Amino acid sequence: MDKSFFDQFLFVILPYLSLFTFFLMTVYRYRAQSFSYSSLSSQFLENEHHFWAVVPFHYGVLVITVGHLVAIFIPRSILLWNSHPLRLYILEISALAFGLLTLIGLVGIVIRRATTTRIRKVTSPTDWILFAMLLALVVSGVAMALLHPWGSSWFASNLTPYLWSIFKLNPDITYVTSMPALVKFHIVLAFLTVGFFPFTRLVHILVIPNPYLWRKPQVVRWYGKKQ
Amino acid sequence: MNVRSQVSMVFHLDKCIGCHTCSVACKNVWTDRKGAEYMWWNNVETKPGTGYPTKWEDQDKYQGGWKKNGNGKLEIKSTGKAKIIPNIFHNPHMPSLDDYYIPWTYDYQNLFNAREGSDQPTAKPISMIDGEEVDVESGPNWDDDLGGSPIYAENDPNLEGLTDQQKLQLSSVERLVFFYLPRICNHCLNPTCVASCPSGALYKRGEDGIVLIDQKKCRAWRSCVSACPYKKTYFNWFTGKSEKCILCFPRLETGQAPACFHSCVGRIRYLGVLLYDADRLEEVAKLPDDELVEAQRSMILDPNDPTVIAAAKKNGITDGVIDSAQHSPVYRFVKEWGIALPPHIEYRTLPMLFYVPPMSPVQASKPEDTIHHESEEFFHDIDSSRVPMQFLANLFGAGHEGVVRYALAKQKAVRWHRRAETVGDIDRETADRMLRAADCTREEADAIYELTALCTFEDRFVIPPMHREQAIEMMKEPHEHRTEAGFGFVGGPRRGL
Ligand code: HEM
Ligand code: SF4
Ligand code: SF4
Repeated sequence: MDKSFFDQFLFVILPYLSLFTFFLMTVYRYRAQSFSYSSLSSQFLENEHHFWAVVPFHYGVLVITVGHLVAIFIPRSILLWNSHPLRLYILEISALAFGLLTLIGLVGIVIRRATTTRIRKVTSPTDWILFAMLLALVVSGVAMALLHPWGSSWFASNLTPYLWSIFKLNPDITYVTSMPALVKFHIVLAFLTVGFFPFTRLVHILVIPNPYLWRKPQVVRWYGKKQ
Repeated sequence: MNVRSQVSMVFHLDKCIGCHTCSVACKNVWTDRKGAEYMWWNNVETKPGTGYPTKWEDQDKYQGGWKKNGNGKLEIKSTGKAKIIPNIFHNPHMPSLDDYYIPWTYDYQNLFNAREGSDQPTAKPISMIDGEEVDVESGPNWDDDLGGSPIYAENDPNLEGLTDQQKLQLSSVERLVFFYLPRICNHCLNPTCVASCPSGALYKRGEDGIVLIDQKKCRAWRSCVSACPYKKTYFNWFTGKSEKCILCFPRLETGQAPACFHSCVGRIRYLGVLLYDADRLEEVAKLPDDELVEAQRSMILDPNDPTVIAAAKKNGITDGVIDSAQHSPVYRFVKEWGIALPPHIEYRTLPMLFYVPPMSPVQASKPEDTIHHESEEFFHDIDSSRVPMQFLANLFGAGHEGVVRYALAKQKAVRWHRRAETVGDIDRETADRMLRAADCTREEADAIYELTALCTFEDRFVIPPMHREQAIEMMKEPHEHRTEAGFGFVGGPRRGL
């Protein structure tokens, strides 16, 4: 197959397919099956190892996710921060640390699910596919941090423009085609995960509660008043 | 004055025979489903005992209910406000399946499929969750009738504050004693379950105060399970949603008593409307422990008082509901007679299910003494009854004996009054003195007797008109609503992926 077509497929067509599926299906699922939006907690069935798997994973993944978002939306802040080598080291090392935390948590999650019969009962085939994808995503991410250092800088300077070219409907893949294979793998997998997102338990990220901290403690509903 | 109406309840513990009919009625109607096998929205436990889930009253472990913080404000003990943020991934105080019990069935297939052999095949118990064989060690009423047992009775959290001698007596064979405590959600006025939900999925219905969980808004953050001090919200492990007693609102809306009330063999259950002043909620919930019972009672308004009626009408409470409140058996037990008490009001959720505390057998042995049933000290047998007063006070009086003693003394006076009337082995004068000492009149005693012993369905359940049909018509096409009425909705509650 033509190499440039292959690149076009992986870095243009696939991202658009994924993003399209993501937006369409999350909205559709929320409207048609809002009952299915749940974190599907399994703490009730197994409470001993739960903490040691779910908590490190979430602290790790949240920091890493926010890091990615900052690099996408305010890349200059990262470049500015990294202009000083010491600060660059600090950022790189903490990113790696949180990446490892995510990895440890995720491995914990998978082991816990695989070894507890009760939890296996509430684990669907979709869950296993998702865990495999996340595992590959996190492993490739950590490997990149080790093999291709200063990711925070080259993400902000090379990948952010690529992502924006996609968002602006004017795709320009010159930035990505020259990247090492590992990075390409990570990008493709990330888009696949985004497309798969609405069909998985990950939708719980979209319903994180926010008015809670401000609302009055008691909630009362009256007939005839729309909630 | 901000008048609201609340469908409230009284359970008369002196009448409960511990038959579990109520639990089974509820189970058959609501929780005989995958994910809900272990749930008993109505359960009956033996006291002293550890209850269901095990030691639910031990708030050092479960951190249920409210506490007052440094600046006098109420705060959710488990994961209120900011505390939810670090704890949302793993709830530190949530009970897990093992704190309830592993629901099981039997491997009946084996009776048919077992290979031919020299023994009879057996149906081994298997878990209803993963199908694995289980060694059954506990069930929802595993402490049934086990007053005095070292595993259950001796670990009752309500034994706190009892003297060593009292505790010893409770477990000595000659003095074994127990009574039953049927429990459902209390549909509290200040529910921690509602206040703790990060998604705002729990709510109190404005018109009747029933506390419900919006199944579409619940996201399995599980805060309510920890926050309810009575452990009356349950996590459905299959659907990933929390569930709780709904006070059979579909039955109430059609004028029928909730299933557990309807089926109660001992006829111990009463249901009726109370009007209360919602403006005083916060102030009352913050009072010191020993004032709580009286203060909650003082929030309950007299439905015959013209100013209360006017204020109720101003708040949109219908004439039908006001009329229902005027005939409420709950109002009489709680407010007029003062013999029904809220359970563990020190949790500060202001429960709206009240218990008439049980009379217990008189102490049967006293060293170097005989017990005289007639004595100048009328209520000596209450103070020296086999269930120590302090124990009942821990359950129904936030640790303070006064209100419990009052309720028991009045019950005893009623019995003596009726004995004077019907059996005649007690003279009228003694009975009258006793009534006076118990703050009771002959008329009141007769009324208590009638509502306790002769009560019909109509006396026990005074169900207000709920006008739900009008409310539905306002929001929805009735034909469309018909297809989704009840517990489910179109398409059914399917577990997400
Ligand atoms: C603030 C954001 C988030 C909140 C509040 C949140 C909350 C939760 C909760 C409560 C659970 C259930 C844990 C349990 O009790 O079993 C859960 C599970 C999970 N979350 Fe999140 N989450 C968030 C963000 C994320 C992100 C960004 C990811 C990234 C991929 C993620 C992936 C997962 C996965 C894979 C599970 C399943 C773990 C398991 O039970 O095996 N979450 N989350
Ligand atoms: S008893 Fe528990 S579940 Fe019921 S209203 Fe009170 S706090 Fe909520
Ligand atoms: S049905 Fe009535 S008498 Fe029987 S256990 Fe339940 S509350 Fe008690």
